[in-house]
Amino acid sequence: MSILVDKNTKVICQGFTGSQGTFHSEQAIQYGTQMVGGVTPGKGGQEHLGLPVFNTVKDALHETGATASVIYVPAAFCKDSILEAADAGVALIVCITEGIPTLDMLVAKEKCDQLGVRLIGPNCPGVITPGECKIGIMPGYIHKPGKVGIVSRSGTLTYEAVKQTTDCGFGQSSCVGIGGDPIPGSNFIDILALFEADDQTEAIVMIGEIGGTAEEEAAAFIKDNVSKPVVSYIAGVTAPPGKRMGHAGAIISGGKGTADEKFAALSHAGVKTVRSLAEIGSGLREVTGW
Amino acid sequence: MNLHEYQAKSLFANYGLPVSKGVAASTPEEASAATAQIGGDKWVVKAQVHAGGRGKAGGVKLVSTAQEAGEFASHWLGKNLVTYQTDASGQPVNKILVEACTDIEKELYLGAVIDRSSRRIVFMASTEGGVEIEKVASETPEKILKTTLDPLTGPQPFQARELAFQLQLEGDQIKQFTKLFLGLARLFIEQDLALLEINPLVITSTGDLHCLDAKINVDGNAMYRQPKLREMHDSSQEDERESRAAKWDLNYVALDGNIGCMVNGAGLAMGTMDIVQLYGGTPANFLDVGGGATKERVSEAFKIILSDEKVQAVLVNIFGGIVRCDLIAEGVVGAVAEVGVEVPVVVRLEGNNAEKGRQILQDSGLNIIAAASLSDAAEKVVAAAGDAK
Repeated sequence: MSILVDKNTKVICQGFTGSQGTFHSEQAIQYGTQMVGGVTPGKGGQEHLGLPVFNTVKDALHETGATASVIYVPAAFCKDSILEAADAGVALIVCITEGIPTLDMLVAKEKCDQLGVRLIGPNCPGVITPGECKIGIMPGYIHKPGKVGIVSRSGTLTYEAVKQTTDCGFGQSSCVGIGGDPIPGSNFIDILALFEADDQTEAIVMIGEIGGTAEEEAAAFIKDNVSKPVVSYIAGVTAPPGKRMGHAGAIISGGKGTADEKFAALSHAGVKTVRSLAEIGSGLREVTGW
Repeated sequence: MNLHEYQAKSLFANYGLPVSKGVAASTPEEASAATAQIGGDKWVVKAQVHAGGRGKAGGVKLVSTAQEAGEFASHWLGKNLVTYQTDASGQPVNKILVEACTDIEKELYLGAVIDRSSRRIVFMASTEGGVEIEKVASETPEKILKTTLDPLTGPQPFQARELAFQLQLEGDQIKQFTKLFLGLARLFIEQDLALLEINPLVITSTGDLHCLDAKINVDGNAMYRQPKLREMHDSSQEDERESRAAKWDLNYVALDGNIGCMVNGAGLAMGTMDIVQLYGGTPANFLDVGGGATKERVSEAFKIILSDEKVQAVLVNIFGGIVRCDLIAEGVVGAVAEVGVEVPVVVRLEGNNAEKGRQILQDSGLNIIAAASLSDAAEKVVAAAGDAK
């Protein structure tokens, strides 16, 4: 088992014929992902990378039986693309694009929730189940099928964690980049719940960063709901306070959002926290006895 | 992106919201003349910078003659205003807002922000206006009233009435508050704001609601569809290196240390700063070169990092996912040669073609120290910076 995607997941790509869509779809196909087609309005009926192109997500789903869609369209069009995929009945939407206006995401996320659609991202590397299915921009070759579930807000930090778990020989069950935007489609808790229920996942790595209270909320969730060992790293101990957070934002979070507070909340929840990014592998060894 | 008070108030006025009659003056003469244009016999003059705490810092004054207004302007224009929210050098004052004076009966607070946890625009109001609202929130959280906007149905009048009654407003003030709330919500949504704050929102001696201050922060991601707000951008209020970096799509934040950092990915950039500190060094900056770390952008990144005189060593940390490390190594070598980097440079390359990349660094003959791992890199750069001292 794994979470979200496996070798049977059929995937379409929105923004298929664009440069990003083309490059990363090629990489996904090479990795063995079951890419079954793509959507570019106005190019329906054509063929691209040996796969059919459709005008609408509805057409693509109807013809291919895909259940997942990956979005590479420019930021200005992402709200429309997410809403189109959700409306067409895609079960899993992975939005890679960065720079989507926050108000667009408020609407897109609300609609996905109403329709029961799972959204990953935006501004994220995507989702991978090593050896089976890669949806996104992460380098496939650093992964190895295995027993660690990884969830992270940052792309390159995910790669560091992946590399260390591969080098240690543990491998990964699935890796999910939830993205660095203020309004992510899925948060830590959503993914932690999936890892907890997944047989293949024996331990979890959670990588957070400063800002917001997602890590604190995850800590509370872990305390009550996660029985598997969790190792966590939070980036941004040295980040200057208030650089990005406006006044009123600090009010809402009640002064929360610093790395130290997140480390404290996670430690309190029984999570093994590591202060150095380089210690994720050794931290795992310590909590699992591997 | 932040707006100046005078810009925020002009937006407020466009939405029919009650703000004081005012003129943004660029010269002392304009400031003096503004008093006659506005009328009355008392005015408030305010230095325009992107920071709060201006009153305590002497950047706001009540004046009763045109001459005083002009003197205030000639004192501040071209100088930097230092407040508790700025750094030690402060922010340059290029405009003075001259406003009609308002008689205040009571000060309230009204603000709106995008709340990550509820994934909603949240409006906050309080009877405790005119003071530091963060203090109110932490000491007496029950005094912060909140209402959230449904993303699909938008703001509703009943939400405004609920807040108004909780704020103990009465009579015509309820109607005024409802109009204000709905106008602000429309402004927030149509202009893609991230933050909006009126502190204080006052009740005047005639019992009317009036926006005495206005603070606006715009969602940077939405600037492409807000051309009018783009024109209001004032780069003089930003760190010079930060705005230069932004032109190259480099994400740079200046810090106080002596170890320059160049990293791909925002998370890894923070992680790199943290590990530098863990090994006893202090980072001079946050810099994310992004996914497409080309030779040109690496060069520019070096130039920006080295324009900070405090930098005594540079750490380059690249995880080449899909980007090939040998190409990045060539970029680093080219940039170091071109820019003429004189401080030690420690490079850690990981990922795609990392071995080949390390070889290129070694063969370059330049003063580049290759590191085998992240910890190794941190240790080496901290040592190098120490030696440089």
